[in-house]
Amino acid sequence: MAESQPGAGREAPIRVVLAKLGLDGHDRGLKVVARMLRDAGMEVIYLGLRQTTESVIAAVEQEDADVIGLSMHNAGHLALAPRILQALADSGLDVPVVIGGIVPEADVSTLKELGISAVLHPGASAVEVADAIRRSVA
Amino acid sequence: MSGVPVGAVYGGGPLPGEYPYTRGIYPEMYRSRLWTMRMFAGFGTAVDTNGRFKEILRHGGTGLSTAFDMPTLMGRDSDDEVWSAGEVGRAGVAIDTLADMEDLFADIDLGSVSTSMTINGPAIVALAQYIAVADKTGVDRATLSGTIQNDILKEYQAQKEYIFPPRPSMRIVTDMMRFTTAEMPRWHPVSISGYHIREAGSTAAQELGFTLANGFAYVEAAQAAGLDIDDFASRLSFFFNSHSDFFEEIGKFRAARRIWATWMKERYSAASERSLLCRFHTQTAGVSLTAQQPEINIARVAIQALAGVLGGTQSLHTDAFDEALALPTEKAARIALRSQQIVAHETGVASVADPLGGSAYVEWMTDEMERRAVEILDHLLELGDGSILEGVYEGIDNGWFVGGIADSAYRFEREVNEGTRTIVGVNAFCDGDDGDDNGANLLRIEQDTEDLQLKRLAAVKQARGDEAVRRSLEAVGQAARDAGTNLMPPVIDAVNAYATEGEICDTLAGVFGRYVEQAIV
Repeated sequence: MAESQPGAGREAPIRVVLAKLGLDGHDRGLKVVARMLRDAGMEVIYLGLRQTTESVIAAVEQEDADVIGLSMHNAGHLALAPRILQALADSGLDVPVVIGGIVPEADVSTLKELGISAVLHPGASAVEVADAIRRSVA
Repeated sequence: MSGVPVGAVYGGGPLPGEYPYTRGIYPEMYRSRLWTMRMFAGFGTAVDTNGRFKEILRHGGTGLSTAFDMPTLMGRDSDDEVWSAGEVGRAGVAIDTLADMEDLFADIDLGSVSTSMTINGPAIVALAQYIAVADKTGVDRATLSGTIQNDILKEYQAQKEYIFPPRPSMRIVTDMMRFTTAEMPRWHPVSISGYHIREAGSTAAQELGFTLANGFAYVEAAQAAGLDIDDFASRLSFFFNSHSDFFEEIGKFRAARRIWATWMKERYSAASERSLLCRFHTQTAGVSLTAQQPEINIARVAIQALAGVLGGTQSLHTDAFDEALALPTEKAARIALRSQQIVAHETGVASVADPLGGSAYVEWMTDEMERRAVEILDHLLELGDGSILEGVYEGIDNGWFVGGIADSAYRFEREVNEGTRTIVGVNAFCDGDDGDDNGANLLRIEQDTEDLQLKRLAAVKQARGDEAVRRSLEAVGQAARDAGTNLMPPVIDAVNAYATEGEICDTLAGVFGRYVEQAIV
């Protein structure tokens, strides 16, 4: 199966910054995803709760991250997604952003049009999560 | 259905209503008094939620329960540009000042409803606002009935809605306990909550052990503050999760009552019988709800509700089937309430107290849950050198709670991934998922809520007396610096001056500092 995995041709492990923006404290999903991605051989920079766009951007720069994973459970995704994308653009960073959490299906296309690489829903398997990350950096 | 007459209780002792209350806290349980059907609600502005409250009361709900939005839960005002933008009124109702609390309970007689407020970090402000509304509408404080969650310990362990560090936060909690014990005898100043510990991923036994440990920690803190256990213990209440493993949940509820009663009596020397009773609210497991085929959540919720009732809960919230997708619509919330009404009025399970008592399996499971929870309590006693309170502080400081919960959450997820645990609609029996939110008509909170709330807050700030606000906040800061002064009275004065929640919390944070958790996976 390894040959068919997106991004499998890379040499260095993918470096993922994982964070929650804003006030929402639901970190169960993000912690599970952190362990899933580690199990999949990625390097996880886990920022955890209550991050701002600035703290996420700073971590991406310092850690030379390949991709950002953001967890959203509080219906704030349509406000927070444009903010992080704008901040990335302002910093001249070309780093894909993947969102996971509770996002109504109707908002997925809006988020993708804004420039979010992928949206993962509750119940996504470890393979689906890792694939979405690999595809975003491929 | 055949009308066979049944007795109030069957089997041997200790009977329901008898120490150690494994079988229930009342002799006849629901035959003498049905559980309270308390439905959690809150969204948008205070006016929006006030409408939902009135709807709940009209449909036969007997208690109100308030969900606040994230900025309110974190002590941030709606106009806080860094933290609140985009989150105002989304996950609950936005409350900035007393004016919002007045709107929230407009045309509802606080003397005749019982109200639950689910708020922790800034709980002292919310309680002060509620008291101020009662004062203003001529309702005697002594008649106020309800619960404020105010369980700060589980915030560091699971829900993460803390503001100040653990020790000063415990001082606020004990100040509130002292105040309500003296002035609001019908109020529950802390609802010791396993719900969030479970939602964050713990097992049933961890939920039980951590929650009881927190309960004993509040008892020790209140005793250390000079309160008599029999003056406050009867006002402590609990809040548990009811998940899908039916008999494990029932065993957990029964074990909770037994451990609480025996430890309160033997370890903490409570003399009054009322101090020994573990009264609890139950909510079905939000985390068990699936976004896939969401209608089948109705069945999950009904089974979990039944477990709560067979476990002897005093009140119950049933989750709406669409909650894995968004905040519930009115229709979904109504179906959830109807589900527990079916359990109450059609199934007959309310006719007999502890109908499962004496079942070999249920009694074994109860003992097993007790054994596992006591293992946790013993570990914390060891960590705290004979003090559960110190053990809990230590477990928070060294990451023992969050680590244990994260381990359990990951184990569960792996089992689902590997297929050793079946979740219908997720890893088995997946046909029938319509996709596209399965046609669910989701509740959406539009941006205009935030705009409305910002205007409202600006108007309140414009109309209030700035000098009175400044002086009242100064008094709050002074009380915070003096451990011997109860914080409740100056906080009530500050909300009466229309100081905002954020201003009061900032003032307290100026003295106590803000808690930042270590980011550990």
